Amino acid sequence: MLVFGAAVVINRSPVASALSLVVSFLALAALFMSLDAYFIGVIQVLVYAGAIMVLFLFIIMLLDLRAEKLRKINWIASAGGVAVALALIIQIFSVVGRFQAAKQSFPPLARSTSDDVHRIGLLLFDNYNLPFQIIGVLILVATIGAVMLSRRETR
Amino acid sequence: MVTLGDYLVVSGMLFTIGFAGVMVRRNIIIILMALELMLNAANLSLVAFSRFHVDPSGAPNYNAQVFVFFVITVAAAEVAVGLAIVVALFRLRQTIHVEDITSLKF
Repeated sequence: MLVFGAAVVINRSPVASALSLVVSFLALAALFMSLDAYFIGVIQVLVYAGAIMVLFLFIIMLLDLRAEKLRKINWIASAGGVAVALALIIQIFSVVGRFQAAKQSFPPLARSTSDDVHRIGLLLFDNYNLPFQIIGVLILVATIGAVMLSRRETR
Repeated sequence: MVTLGDYLVVSGMLFTIGFAGVMVRRNIIIILMALELMLNAANLSLVAFSRFHVDPSGAPNYNAQVFVFFVITVAAAEVAVGLAIVVALFRLRQTIHVEDITSLKF
């Protein structure tokens, strides 16, 4: 998964990047399943590997992007970016290394999680009803916004 | 045995790859993809903690999974609007290279 994640960033051609991203998301869905989160794994495959990636590929084809020309790479900016990323990964390693609970393995589950759609649905409509409705409005606004942005000016 | 720390380290590395992508790449579409990687890294650590906190009835903590559901929804909305903006920008400027779009630069 990490290899394909890195390929997303390294590849010069946007199509190759997008396809690496699909593989990376599928591997991530497998990791979710290994954590007994079947619903999230299925959602990951459907929404990310399905919908979002089709959207990305569609836009790439629509814009007809060639692989990036060999522009003069701004070495200072690239080196700065890599340096900040390295600092971040060192921080993460030191924090996780000092975190005591991180050394324990996962406790066993007393019950199967194959009914987690049911449990998540109950929680969603019970405890998280208001956020759920707000998310609905957000999606409506995003839909209207996307349509407005891609409309041709007809005046 | 696989520990919680293993998942956290993988999540951190995925986040770092996405972060490096946002910092280094100059193609807006690739930057959006790297943003998706970062959101997914956050989801992975949420699910790992959800599995780690087993409640007395023996089920994982589903609050985190509901939160992951919300994150995925918001990410989908963000990608839809972001790509619409990219298309509008390309129609206007014929470029998606961030260094060519500097109208707001002081």
